[in-house]
Amino acid sequence: MEATLAPSLPDEHHAAPTGLWRWLTTTNHKDIGTLYFWFAATMFLIGGLMAMLIRAELFQPGLQLVQPEVFNQLTTLHGLIMIFGVIMPAFTAFANWQVPLMIGAPDMAFPRMNNWSFWLLPVAGMFLVGSLFLPGGAVAGGWTMYPPLFMQGGISYDLTIFAIHIMGASSIMGSINIATTILNMRAPGMTLMKMPLFVWTWLITAFLLIAVMPVLAGAVTMLLADRNFGTHFFDAAGGGDPVMFQHVFWFFGHPEVYILILPAFGIISSVIPTFSRKPLFGYASMVYATASIAILSFLVWGHHMFTVGMPAAAQLYFMYATLLIAVPTGVKVFNWVATMWRGSLTFETAMLFAVAFVCLFTIGGFSGLVLAMVPVDIQLQDTYYVVAHFHYVLVTGALFSIYAGIYYWLPKWTGHMVNETWGRWHFWLSAISVNVLFFPMHFLGLAGMPRRIPDYALQFADFNRVASLGGFVFGASQILLLIVILKCIRGGVKAEARAWEGAEGLEWTVPSPAPYHTFVVPPEVK
Amino acid sequence: MRLGRRQVVMACWLGWIQPAAADWALNLPAPKSDIAARIYDIHTLILLVCLGIFVVVFGAMFYALFKHRKSVGHEAHHFHEHTTVEVIWTVIPLLILVGMAWPATRAVLDQKDTTNPDLTIKVTGYQWKWEYDYLQDGVKFISASSTPADQIANKVAKGAHYLLEVDEPMVVPVGKKVRILLTSHDVIHAWWVSELGVKQDAIPGFIRDTWFRANEIGTYRGQCAELCGRGHAFMPIVVEVKSEADYQTWLAAKQAGKQAKAVAAVAAVSKTYSAEELKASGEKIYAANCAACHQADGKGLPGVFPALAGSKVANGPAAAHIDRVLHGKDGTAMSAFQDQLDDADLAAVITWERTAWGNKGSPVQPADVKAQRK
Ligand code: HEC
Ligand SMILES: [Cu+2]
Repeated sequence: MEATLAPSLPDEHHAAPTGLWRWLTTTNHKDIGTLYFWFAATMFLIGGLMAMLIRAELFQPGLQLVQPEVFNQLTTLHGLIMIFGVIMPAFTAFANWQVPLMIGAPDMAFPRMNNWSFWLLPVAGMFLVGSLFLPGGAVAGGWTMYPPLFMQGGISYDLTIFAIHIMGASSIMGSINIATTILNMRAPGMTLMKMPLFVWTWLITAFLLIAVMPVLAGAVTMLLADRNFGTHFFDAAGGGDPVMFQHVFWFFGHPEVYILILPAFGIISSVIPTFSRKPLFGYASMVYATASIAILSFLVWGHHMFTVGMPAAAQLYFMYATLLIAVPTGVKVFNWVATMWRGSLTFETAMLFAVAFVCLFTIGGFSGLVLAMVPVDIQLQDTYYVVAHFHYVLVTGALFSIYAGIYYWLPKWTGHMVNETWGRWHFWLSAISVNVLFFPMHFLGLAGMPRRIPDYALQFADFNRVASLGGFVFGASQILLLIVILKCIRGGVKAEARAWEGAEGLEWTVPSPAPYHTFVVPPEVK
Repeated sequence: MRLGRRQVVMACWLGWIQPAAADWALNLPAPKSDIAARIYDIHTLILLVCLGIFVVVFGAMFYALFKHRKSVGHEAHHFHEHTTVEVIWTVIPLLILVGMAWPATRAVLDQKDTTNPDLTIKVTGYQWKWEYDYLQDGVKFISASSTPADQIANKVAKGAHYLLEVDEPMVVPVGKKVRILLTSHDVIHAWWVSELGVKQDAIPGFIRDTWFRANEIGTYRGQCAELCGRGHAFMPIVVEVKSEADYQTWLAAKQAGKQAKAVAAVAAVSKTYSAEELKASGEKIYAANCAACHQADGKGLPGVFPALAGSKVANGPAAAHIDRVLHGKDGTAMSAFQDQLDDADLAAVITWERTAWGNKGSPVQPADVKAQRK
C-alpha cells in the first residue's frame, strides 16, 4: 500500500501552515517527534525542580523547607512526572523521529492519530502539575497510588486518575501507530531480522504498552469507583482487598519498567557499534533477549510485594522468575562489551554516555539481583536501597540512553554537529555527580532509612548531605545539555549525511538535516 | 563467634570496619536474631558474587576502552557472532543465580514458619502510632513517637534517638520465639526492625503474621516502612529485649497498672468534672492523639484534615461530636477512638475541642460518652 500512496504525498503539502498552527495541526513524524521532545524537556525541568526541593529538604535532619504533606506531594508528582511525562514521551520522540527514518518509511502509519496522541499529553501534564494548586494539594500517596491511603485525598486525586487515563490513551494510540508502522511500512527488502535493533526494541515495547496500559486504566478506574461510587474493590470492610490493587498495579508496573528500558537498549545498540566501527555483536541473540525479557516481565510482578505477606511458595516462585530475567539482561551487557572488543573506538559524547550506561545500568541490575532475594528484600523493601536501585536503572539507565541518543542523532535532526567540548563537560559533570547522588543511597537503605520520609534519624545525616550535594550538581549540569542543544540548533559545523564515520543504517543515507519529507520513494534494502 | 568472622570478612572486602556509632554505616546493622544473621550472610554472598562479575566484565570492557581505540591505531575486527561464547555466557549466569538462590530459599522457608511461638503479640498500625496487644497476658497499649515537635521544627537540639524513640516500647523476653500478628486500623503500614530481620506490611481488614527470636538483650529501633500519610516519618518502633525475669516484672507491673486504670475509669464515669479540669487534660490528649491531623491550632489542613476551630460539629450539639470521635468516619482518616481512649479522656479531649480556639460548644462529661458507646 505504501508504494501507491507514497509518491502522491508531496503534492498534498504545498501550502504547509506556519507558526503555532503548524505545530497544532502537524501530521509530520519529524514535527511530532520534536513536539514530544520539547514536552519531555519541559516536564523534566518541572520534575527536576521538584527533585531539587526534595534533596534540599533532606539536606539535614528536621523539617526546614516543606511540611510533610507537601513533601509527599513532591515525591509523588516527581515520580509520576518523570515516568509518564519525561522518559516515556522522550522515547516516543525517538520513535517518531527515527523509526520511519530507520525503516525507510515516508511517515507514521496513522499521521492524524499521531498528532492526537501527542496533544493529549500536555493536557494530562497540566492536570498533574495543576493539581498542586487545588485545595489539599496534589496526590501525596506515592506514584504507586496504594489504597486505602489513596482514598484519603481530595479532588486532586480524581483529577490525577483522569490525567492517567489521558496519558494511557495517548500511549496506547502511540504504540498502535508505532507497531503498525514497523509491521507494514518497512522498505522493500527490510525483513524483520534486518531491522535495526532500536526498531525491534520499540516494536516489543509497543506491544508491552498495548498490553498493560489498559491494566493500569482498570486499576485506577476501580480506585475512582471506590472513591466516588461506593464500590469496595479495595476495602476489606466491603469484602474487597487492598492488596488486590497492588497485584493489578504491579501487573502493569513491572512491564512498565521494561517499557522504560527496552528502547534504551535499542539506542545503546545503535550508538556503540557506530563508535566501535564494528557491527553489533550477537544481533539475533539481542532480539531474542529483548523478546524474552518482555515475556518474563509479565511473570514477576510479585517481587514488588514480598512484604505483603504472601505464601512462601509464591515468594519463591517470584524470586526464581525474577532471577531468570537477569540472564537475557546479562546477555545484552556481554554483547555490548563484545561489540566494543577489538573495535576501533572513539569517544564522542554519545559514546561516552553509552559506555556510562552499560556500566551504571549494570550496577542497577546488580542491586536488582540483591533485591530479588526474598530474605534480603524483606530488609530492603521500601528503603533507600530501592530508591538507589531504580534511580540507577532509570537515570543512569533510561535517561543516559536518551542523552546518548540526543548526542547521536542531533546532527541528523539539526544539520549541525554537536559541540563536543560542551558535551564532554555535560557528560563528566553528570556522570560523576549522579554517582555522588545515588550511590550513597545504597548505604542509607542498608543502614535502615525508609524511603518517602521528609525527616530522618541522625545517623542518616552524613550520607544524605553527600547525596544532596551530588543532586544539586547533577541538576545544575543539565543546563549544559540545554545549551548544547540550543547551540546545535542555531549553528555549528555542518553535518554530512553520514554524520559519524562508523554509522550504518538508512537514516544516514538522507541529507542532514533530514528533509521534511523523506523516503517518499521507498529505498531498496539488500 | 560467627559475628566476629562476618565482620572480619566484610572489613577485608570493603576496607571498613563497622563503627560503633552508625554514622557513615555502609552495611546492614549487626544482626540480633538468627534470621537477621542469615540475611546478612546472604547479602554478603550476593554482593561478593556481583562484585566478581563486575570486575571480570568491566575489566574486559575497560581493557578494550584503552587498547582498542582508534587513537592508538587499533583497526576494527569485523566479527559479530560466536554461538559457543553466547551459549556459555547464558548458561554460566544461570548456574550462578541458582547457586545463590539456594540459601535464600531455605531462609524464606524458615522466615515463613510461624508455628509454635512462645509468645504472640498482636500489632495494629494506626495513623501514626502502633498498638501492642499481648494476647495471652491481657496487656495492651499504644506506642507513639516521643520526639518533641520542637526538635522536628529545629527549635531545640535533637536528641540521640531523634525520631526513633517512643513513649512506651514493645517489650519481649530474650531467646523466645515471638509471633507477631499484624493488622491495621486505617491504611497500610509496615512493621520493620532491621536488627531482628523482620518486616511485614500491616493491612487493614486482614491479619498477617511474622516472627522473630532476639538473641541479645538490648533496645532495637525501627520505623514504619510503608508510606501512610503525612506522619509516615514519625511512627517509630522500639523493641526492648529483656531477660525472662525482667520481662515478667514488666508484665506484672503492666497488669497491675491496667487494673488500677480500669478502676479509675469506672470511678471517673460517675464523676462530674469542671470545664477547667476537662480542658486541662483535654489539651494534652489532643496534642498526643489529634494534633497530627487537626493541627495544634485546630485549623487542620485545608482539603485534607478539616479545621475544628469554628467547625459546625464542635460548635453544635454534643451528641454528634461525641459520635464522630467515638466511631470515626468510614473511608476517611478519622478513625474510631472508642477503643483507644477511655470515657474520661474522650470527654476531656472533646471538651477541649468544643471550647478551645474560640469555639462555643458545651462541655462533655464521661457519662455522656459512655452513653453513646456502641
Ligand atoms: C489521621 C488523621 C486524624 C486524626 C489523628 C484525628 N482526626 Fe479527626 N478527622 C480527620 C478527618 C480526615 C476528618 C474528616 C472526616 C470527614 O470526611 O468527614 C476528621 C473529622 C473530625 C471531626 C469532625 C469535624 C467536622 O467539622 O466535620 C471531629 C470532631 C474530629 N475529627 C475529632 C478528632 C479528635 C477528637 C481526634 C483525636 C482524638 C481526631 N479527630 C484525630 C482526621 C483525623
Ligand atoms: Cu505507617
